[in-house]
Amino acid sequence: MITELGHFALILAFLVAIVQMIVPLVGAHKRWPGWMAVAEPAATTQFLLTAGSFAALVHAFVTSDFSLSVVTQNSHSAKPLLYKITGTWGNHEGSMLLWVLILTLFGAMAAWFGGGLPPSLRARVLAVQSAVSVAFFAFILFTSNPFSRLAVPPFDGQDLNPLLQDPGLAFHPPFLYLGYVGLSICFSFAVAALIEGRVDAAWGRWVRPWTLASWAFLTIGIGLGSWWAYYELGWGGFWFWDPVENASFMPWLFAAALLHSAIVVEKREALKAWTILLAILAFGFSLIGTFIVRSGLLTSVHAFANDPERGVFILAILVVFTGGALTLFAARAGAMQAKGVFGVVSRESALVANNILLAVSSFVVFVGTMWPLLAEMFLDRKLSVGPPFFNLAFTPFMLVLGLILPLGSMLAWKRGRVAKTARTLAPAFVLALALAGLVWAMQTGRSMMGPIGVFLGAWLVAGAATDLWSKTGRGGSVRRLVRLPRADWGKAIAHGGLGITMLGVAGLTAWESEDIRVAQIGERFEVGAFELELADVSRVEGPNYLSTMAEVVVRQDGEEIVTLYPEKRNYPVAQMPTTEAAIDYRALRDLYVVIGDAQEGGGWVVRTYIKPLANWIWAGCLLMALGGGLSLSDRRFRVAAGAKRATPDAVPAE
Amino acid sequence: MIAAVRSFALSGVLALCLAASAGAVQPDEVLDDPALESRAREISEGLRCLVCQNESIDESNASLASDLRLLVRERLVAGDSDDEVVDFIVDRYGEFVLLRPTTGGWNWLLWAAGPLMLVIAGGVGAGYLRGRSTARDEAADLSPEEQARLSEILKER
Repeated sequence: MITELGHFALILAFLVAIVQMIVPLVGAHKRWPGWMAVAEPAATTQFLLTAGSFAALVHAFVTSDFSLSVVTQNSHSAKPLLYKITGTWGNHEGSMLLWVLILTLFGAMAAWFGGGLPPSLRARVLAVQSAVSVAFFAFILFTSNPFSRLAVPPFDGQDLNPLLQDPGLAFHPPFLYLGYVGLSICFSFAVAALIEGRVDAAWGRWVRPWTLASWAFLTIGIGLGSWWAYYELGWGGFWFWDPVENASFMPWLFAAALLHSAIVVEKREALKAWTILLAILAFGFSLIGTFIVRSGLLTSVHAFANDPERGVFILAILVVFTGGALTLFAARAGAMQAKGVFGVVSRESALVANNILLAVSSFVVFVGTMWPLLAEMFLDRKLSVGPPFFNLAFTPFMLVLGLILPLGSMLAWKRGRVAKTARTLAPAFVLALALAGLVWAMQTGRSMMGPIGVFLGAWLVAGAATDLWSKTGRGGSVRRLVRLPRADWGKAIAHGGLGITMLGVAGLTAWESEDIRVAQIGERFEVGAFELELADVSRVEGPNYLSTMAEVVVRQDGEEIVTLYPEKRNYPVAQMPTTEAAIDYRALRDLYVVIGDAQEGGGWVVRTYIKPLANWIWAGCLLMALGGGLSLSDRRFRVAAGAKRATPDAVPAE
Repeated sequence: MIAAVRSFALSGVLALCLAASAGAVQPDEVLDDPALESRAREISEGLRCLVCQNESIDESNASLASDLRLLVRERLVAGDSDDEVVDFIVDRYGEFVLLRPTTGGWNWLLWAAGPLMLVIAGGVGAGYLRGRSTARDEAADLSPEEQARLSEILKER
């Protein structure tokens, strides 16, 4: 019964979305206030109906209603409750429903917080947003209905993929989707502005909070996914340049670019056409990501051929929205006259450089991701593009970005002087150089990667601190520092976070060490500065798995520092083994222990990795997201959100 | 995220390959000569496991990957250079095994795509910046109404 209600709510939401797509758009064109006003309640209704539908699906999962095919295929009665809930989006149908739920949530939020927008712009934004919903409601209802029933329900389900039965992964998709789908609002704003034919400072100011929020969520989502891969896949890799990862990374890079270019629109009324294009591309790449993931096209051409219906549907959505928006852009972009004037050396120019680097690096990822497909289609060559390509082709852009970031972020608006800014930053630069030199001297004959990472990390963090301190005025004081606008803090923290992530990536890659051996029970062996003892291996029974659990005692300088319990699990229902590494997390290094197979001559395979600075990668991601959140809570946005009257001249000069 | 998605899209075989990837290099595969072993590891990282999705043979636990790892070590022990080992594998399995694509044929375009795009974007960006720095500041100009109002004020004085 609840399932039927959920299904019905989904269909109703689809119908509401169709109304919201058409009526406000006509209203905005004809200047009929009544028709325009339809958008707001419709957006709220759409969201509530979708939320109801989603809740019904969660209910089906929690109560293990195996008459639903999606529950049967992805759940099991013995599964812990948390994973019954998160299993709702651990499959194609459910995750698409979550996608649409978040899409309608953003639509509703645009309606709730859009009080300051001119009525026609708001009506158009909500109509465009709803057009996207219509497409995805249709996709769900016609090709991937989560509510389809089985004629003969089985006695029990087939269980969720054990890899997904993990807290890190439970919350990874929602965050990722909040970011992905949040960019839809920027897209709607861009298209609405193109229809309206007007982009001004106020537009830049409205778009920025949405971009900030999406980018921050995307940062957390990607960070969570990477952390999950690190501890779950069993050898501590954190980024694989997998097509699916790239699919989320490209929108992130575009969102980061958009975030910065919207500042120029807001402050200087320049870069308008480019910003609109970025907004379209950012969401376009979210759609491409969805397409890549859902169609399975890049995983294997055959996966696509097996189920072409879904792939073609999403491809059609992608072509219609991105293509339509780009056509509209081509027709209208000429009308976007830039107003502001600024020198070649200025903050504006630095932001242009930031945009070029981010957009081109995203383009490199795109070409690398698509190349195997293109080569197979047009050149008849089956080839692979893997991590070695991306590391080589992508990393230089990030190095340059890190190098110019502190300088660019402190240049004066309109007309800056490099020499003056460089003088302010000299201490930070010297400090970073000194640290890098120290590290270079201390390491023994290994790559330059470590010292470069240390330099960039220190340069970015010290640069961000210098930026903050310089804002407190001559002979700054701590009290002034605390009172700086939150946007300033957000900027400094996010930039520092980027440095910390870069440092973590470089440190882990450069200084990682590993040890692979067969150990007998009771055997002690040394790995780096640690002495490990394989104390015991026992069989343990979990709720829906059987585990082989080792007890490894770790000593340093003769003192016991920690006991680790690495596991090898087997999930009988899903017939799948997983590895649960045991990790001793410390600030400067992780000790990562994995238990392998029993050997014929007795003993077990034990793998030990020392991973320096691993945590810094995710700490940096958190800081970046925190910076985004702080900027978002800045007074300017809160005031703008609550304002009843928002006219272009209300924009502060600086 | 890889998993979230991989699990939907993949058949059981591929998923198994991923899940078990913790295995990777086995103790009995490791060569006694550390210099040779580290060369073997480096080569393995650049070769793709053919039955897995986007995993090198160094990371994969599939039996095929294990065979390839042993093959790489066999060739190294036989005295092949790194390039010879890679060529040996590519001859048998095709360029699909190379995680780092060659620059041969149209592949130069893949490698040049980034730098080319940077040059183009840099050129367009520089042109734009020049335009902005020499343009007249319209925001500073007065509209006709403002101009009229200004002259009115000036007249009053």
